[in-house]
Order: sequence, then structure tokens, then C-alpha cells
Amino acid sequence: MNEHQQTLFEFMGQQADKLAVQTLQHIGLTFISLFIAVLIGLPLGIFITRKVKLSGPVLGIAGVLQTIPSIALLGFMIPVLGIGAKPAIVALLLYALLPIIRNTYTGITGVDGAVKEAAVAMGMNKWQVLFKVELPLAMPVILAGIRTATVINVGVATLASYIAAGGLGEFIFGGISLNNTNMILAGAIPAALLAIIFDFLLSLVQKLNFKKIKKTSYALPVLLVVLSSLYFIPSAYGGKLTAGFTPEFMGRQDGNLGLESKYGLKIHTIVISDAVMYKAAFEKQLDVISGYSTDGRLKAYDLVVLDDDKGIFPPYYAAPIIREESLKKYPDLEKTLNLLSGKINDSVMTDLNYRTDYLHQTPERVAKDFLVANKLYKPSREGSAGIIRIGSKIFGEQYILANMYSMLIKGNTNYDVATKTGLGGTKICFDALTNDQIDFYPEYTGTGLLAILQASPKTVAEVTKSKDSTYNYVQQEFEKRYQVKWLKPIGFNNAYALMMRRGQAKSLNIKTISNLKRYLNSK
Amino acid sequence: MIKVDGVSKHFGKVKAVDAISFEVQEHENMILLGTSGCGKTTTLKMINRLIESSAGTIYINKKNILEQQPEVLRRGIGYVLQNNGLFPHYTVAENIAIVPQLLKWDKKKTENRTAELLEKLHLDKSYLHVYPKELSGGQQQRIGLARALVSDPPVLLMDEPFGALDNVTRSNIHKEFKALDELKRKTIIMVTHDVQEAFELGDRICLMDKGKIIQSGSPTELLFNPANKFVEDFLKDQRLQLEFKAVKLTDLWELLPHQHKKTETAALHADTDLWSTLENFRFGKAETIDIKKDGDAEKTASFEQLMAAFYQFKNKQGHE
Repeated sequence: MNEHQQTLFEFMGQQADKLAVQTLQHIGLTFISLFIAVLIGLPLGIFITRKVKLSGPVLGIAGVLQTIPSIALLGFMIPVLGIGAKPAIVALLLYALLPIIRNTYTGITGVDGAVKEAAVAMGMNKWQVLFKVELPLAMPVILAGIRTATVINVGVATLASYIAAGGLGEFIFGGISLNNTNMILAGAIPAALLAIIFDFLLSLVQKLNFKKIKKTSYALPVLLVVLSSLYFIPSAYGGKLTAGFTPEFMGRQDGNLGLESKYGLKIHTIVISDAVMYKAAFEKQLDVISGYSTDGRLKAYDLVVLDDDKGIFPPYYAAPIIREESLKKYPDLEKTLNLLSGKINDSVMTDLNYRTDYLHQTPERVAKDFLVANKLYKPSREGSAGIIRIGSKIFGEQYILANMYSMLIKGNTNYDVATKTGLGGTKICFDALTNDQIDFYPEYTGTGLLAILQASPKTVAEVTKSKDSTYNYVQQEFEKRYQVKWLKPIGFNNAYALMMRRGQAKSLNIKTISNLKRYLNSK
Repeated sequence: MIKVDGVSKHFGKVKAVDAISFEVQEHENMILLGTSGCGKTTTLKMINRLIESSAGTIYINKKNILEQQPEVLRRGIGYVLQNNGLFPHYTVAENIAIVPQLLKWDKKKTENRTAELLEKLHLDKSYLHVYPKELSGGQQQRIGLARALVSDPPVLLMDEPFGALDNVTRSNIHKEFKALDELKRKTIIMVTHDVQEAFELGDRICLMDKGKIIQSGSPTELLFNPANKFVEDFLKDQRLQLEFKAVKLTDLWELLPHQHKKTETAALHADTDLWSTLENFRFGKAETIDIKKDGDAEKTASFEQLMAAFYQFKNKQGHE
């Protein structure tokens, strides 16, 4: 294994700067959105107590917003608000709205009718009734709503890193992609602590007696503004071109680390999810992105791959990796899976990806069309001799491959298939495999070498000289360490690549990564 | 003082109050009596515009209440609710100071007035800084009354003010209520469903049913000259007790024999009702009691003589 297993504290110490920035960003994101949500939710909640007919629709809409999956909501925001802070704040505030509106409404309607009547009968006008009677009496319920919203926001804010808004999600999702437990915990523990601390502090505010609430109700907005401003502290930098790299790419030797050490590339970088990165590049939110060389969106968004003239990106040939136990248990399986070997080259894969990612054909249809065209398709035998569990990572190419394997197994063997697609990342997929949750999934030689085996830089330099030596090395090591077998490569090389918009690359005359560095240095 | 003229209130198709008219004289205590749903509370709330009337006009001091801003109107009318409606987040002192604050009184004035009221209502000063929930029901209701009286409004509206209290507490408060000098200067409209309470506290009673006034008059008028069967039935259950409470010694004065022999017990004033007078026979050991009328006239009567006078009076009323 590694010469030295890094502890969590060592990692946190080493990354203290980053951790501090991310934590501040996280707090800032949480409270900016909370602040705006209170500004909107409180008056809206009060308003619907006055227009009770509107309470149904308003609470209904806020409820529906809450049920939209967070990633999807962030996705919707990009065409309108781009990437970065704005869409993240808007998404978070939408999540925070429901508890605030609902508790304001419940709190105020819950105030004793006799007390309200007495207030009116003594000659208070409607504002006096609101501020002297309804709000003070509803305050514990309203604060409970704000408390719920805060905890929700601390949680959802981890997802903000998907759209380059920073926060502790950078470590969490980077760690999942890189199979780095320390990194995951360095993000997850502070995030959990934030949630616990804020929940606790707000519970104290809630318990204060009526007198003190009068005073804290002034202190609270001030505190919110201060906490919100934290978000703007770290973002005081800029540059000529902006790069958007995935969390995984950021932490890898064959990614940003390599770019910095081998090319000396220094570029203003933001961390962003693979799901929105290409679109952001197309919409000129980003100039350079870390993509995959077979990605369909390359074709869809008219991006060009920069030549890796110093060879830092190791080969990423795809092949199914399978538990040896499963091979023994299902003897027909290996032969069947190898039917696909050598059948798909880079351009074919790019085209298949283009059809799913951009033309929005289902992976199932794309897989079937391909198999039919290559005369590999056979109708399902409806077999029941055992169930093969296929895994896949959470992107289009893996879905297509999983579907192809599923059809091949059903058509050529008597086994049935269960697919467990959309596993979050390398770590999740591989853990599922070694823990006997799936039988096989398509993996890439480079990922196996760097993310799973975590080979030393020396070994990496040695074995990445050719695609075969890489394959042979990972095959040996996987068998030895995990009793997992690499079957024959499928044919294409889905390596990391830096990409730019075709037009921009041409006008700036950038063809290679070295060109890019020269341009950036020519200030 | 207060004139209600052809006032109606419709909730959708339901006529909660149906074209009623009545007048309340200055310093009069007028009771709106009836079963729940008869429209008495709705009528009361239209007077301080907690409910806006659908038709008709209400005048207070000859001024149409619709011509005033509702907030200003309400600050000049005291209001006491059944469930006291004290602000749970305000101390007793703060609760009492609500209207003075709205009227922008200075602090000293409010404090003095609060202290004065507490004394009159037999509440200890130490209650000033406690919250309403720490007080008993009777104490809460007294604070509610203090809050309504603090700015000394000429008009007081009371919505079942003693409805939530137990019998003992209620009869104690009734006594205090009758003795309180502040209230003698007020024009009061009180809503109740309790016949006893109405007879005990009211100068005049408006008996309501289904949004209409069935009969309006003094307690004796209602008892001895009921307008119809409904009034008779309404009072039937407690008739004898009500009669004893409604009839005052003044009413019987002429029917009592002319005799005066000074007994040891203090003389009762002729304003006393018969019920309290008879209680003297029960608890005191006297055979006879002295009755004193304004202008120094005094009479002495025994239990039998009082009862005889009462039945004579009753017969006379019936035949009028």
C-alpha cells in the first residue's frame, strides 16, 4: 500500500488554508440565502395570513420547490443565472423559503383570537397589532422555521460546489471522486459541525424569554448580515481566462496538480461539476475546462481538445472489471463481456455519447442501435440461471456501456440482469464492487492506477509510457490486492483533456497546453 | 348616550342581527341577554366596530360611529372580553398601560392611574411585574377590567366578562362590580347568557332571540309584564329567585304596615332587594328588621309582613 497513510488531521493541517476558505464560504452561502429567504418569506408568510385564500397556493408552490432534487434545481438555474454564487444562492433560498413561510403563517394564525381581538378593541391599528402582538407571540414558531431552514441550507450548500460556488462540498465531492477518505471527512465533518452548532445556537435564541427576544430581534439581522458577508471575502481574485475543473481533476496528479508541476500552468480556477461544465464553457462562463476526450458534448458544444504535449494525462482505456468470485459463479460471463472488446474506438464513443448527451436519446436505445448495427444484438432469452449485477458511474458513457452489457448478457446467456447505475463516483462504484454489491462495472485504466491503486509518482511515470504497460500493471495489482479482474479493453481511450471553445482557441492561437501557458504568462 | 337605530348584520344569507333599535342612557347599565347565537355579541361588537354593521346607524353621544376612525373610536371605549384577552407577553403593568401608550400618556400619569386602579380592584402592587398566566382566573379578569378602565372611557362594552369564572369567584366579583365607583360613572353595555347575572347587574335588560329584541325593560318589567310566552319561558326556571332579586324594598314600602320599633341591627336602605333582605332573617337572629328610606322615614317589618307585601305587589303588577 502507500508508504505512509496520511491521517485526517495531517490532511486538515496541510489543507488548513483551503479548509478555512471553504468553511467561510459555506457559512456565507448558508446565511446570504437564509437572510434573503427571511426577507422574502417573513413578509410573504404575514401576507398570506391576511389573504387566507392565497395561503394554499403559496404554501403549495413553496412545498413543490422543496421537492425538486437539489442537483436538478441547480441545473435549472444555469441557463438563467450562469454558474457560481448567484444560482447557488437562489437555489438555497428557494429551499429555505418553505419552512420560513409556513412557520410564519402557522405562528401568526396560532395567536389566541381573544388576544388579537383585545388588541384591536383597544384601538391598535393593524401595524401595531402585527408588531406588538402577532409577531412577538409567533416569534418562537417563526424562529423554529428559521432554524429548520438553516440546517437545510448547511446541508444543501455542500452541493453548491457543483456549480462553482465553493463551500465544503469541494472537499466532499473531490474526496468521493478521488477515493480519498480524508478529503471527504475534511469536508463532511466541518459541514456536520456547522449544522449542529447553528441548530444549537438558534435553539438558545428560541428559548429566550419574551423580554430578551425584543432585543435579539434587532441583533439577529445584524448577525445575519455579518455572517453573509463572509462569502465575499475569498472571491477577491481574477484572471485573464477562467478555468473550470471538476473536484476530481483538482486533486489529481494527472490533473490540475500535474498541470501546475509539469507545465507550470497558473490559471484562475473555479471548481465545478462535470454535469454543467461543458455548457458553462459553451456559454462563455468558462474558457478552459477539464473534460473527457470521448465526451459527446465536445461535439455538441464545438469544443477542441488541447494537445497534451508533455504527456501528463495517462491513458484511460475502458474495460469491465469484475469480481473473481463472480467469474467462477457465472462461467459464461467472461466470454460474453469480451464480445464488446475492441469494438468501440474514440470517435465511435464520442458519437455515442453525443447521441445521449446532446440528442437526448436514451442510453438503452443508443446501446441497442449500436449492437444491432454491429450484428451483436440478440433478443433476450428471458433466462433465470442467476442475476448479474451491473454497476455504472453517474455519466452517460457508463450508462451506455451498462446497457450494452445488459443486452449482451440477456441475449447470449441464461442469466438475468440487475443494473445499479448512477453510482456517484469511482470510490462508491469500487466499494460497491469489493463489498459484493455489484458483480462488475466498466472502469478506466488510468483511474484504476491513480485513484484506486494510488500508485506512487515513480510507478505512474514508469507504467504510463504505453497503454499496454498501464493495463498490465493495473491488471496484476487488482488481482493481487482485490481479487478483481480486468477483462479485455473495449477499445476507446477516455482520457482527461483540457478543452476550449473552437473559436477562442483559434483566435488566441492555442493548440497545446504549452501554448495556453505561454498565452497566460504573456501579460 | 348610545343609540342603536335599525342595525342589521348579515353573514352571507344568515341574518345574525335583524334591524334592532335601542337606546342606552348615560350611566345606565344595559344588559344584552339571550342564548348563544341570538346576536347579542354581534350587536356589542358593532358598537366598537370590531364587526361592521350591514345596515342601520349607531350613535355615541349623537355622533355616528362610522364618521370616526375606528382606532380613535375604540380608544374611547373600554372593552372587556370573556377570556380576558390579556397579552401573555406583557406584564400586568404593561397590559394595563396599553391604551395609555396608544394615547401617548407620560409615564408618571400611567403609573399613578395604574396604582389607583389596582387599589380599587383589591389587587396587590406586587402583581405589577408578573405575567398574566401566573394569576388566577378572577385576578386575570380584574386586570382585564383595569385595562379597560385605565383611560377612564365614558363607555364600557363587556362581552360575557364573568362567563369563564367559577360561581364563588363570580359572585365575589359581582359584589365588587356593583360597589366600584368608577363603574357608576360609566355607560355600560354587557352581554351575558346568565339570567341571574343580568338581573343582578342590569338597570335594563334587552332580551334577544334570533337577531331580534324580544323585550327591553327593567328587570321587574320583564318579570311581571312579560311581552310574550318566550320571555316568560326564558325566566321560568329561576322565577322566584329572580323576583326576590328584582323587587326592592322601595317597591314594597307602601304595602308594609306603618310601624317602627328600633331593633338592634342596623337599618337596611330601601334600595336593598328583597333577596338580600330575606338573607338577614336567615343569618341574623332578628325577628324583624328596620328599613330606612331617604328622608329619614323608617319602618320595621317581620318576615311574614315582607312576604305578604311581596305577594300583594306581584298581584298588582300582573293586573296592570
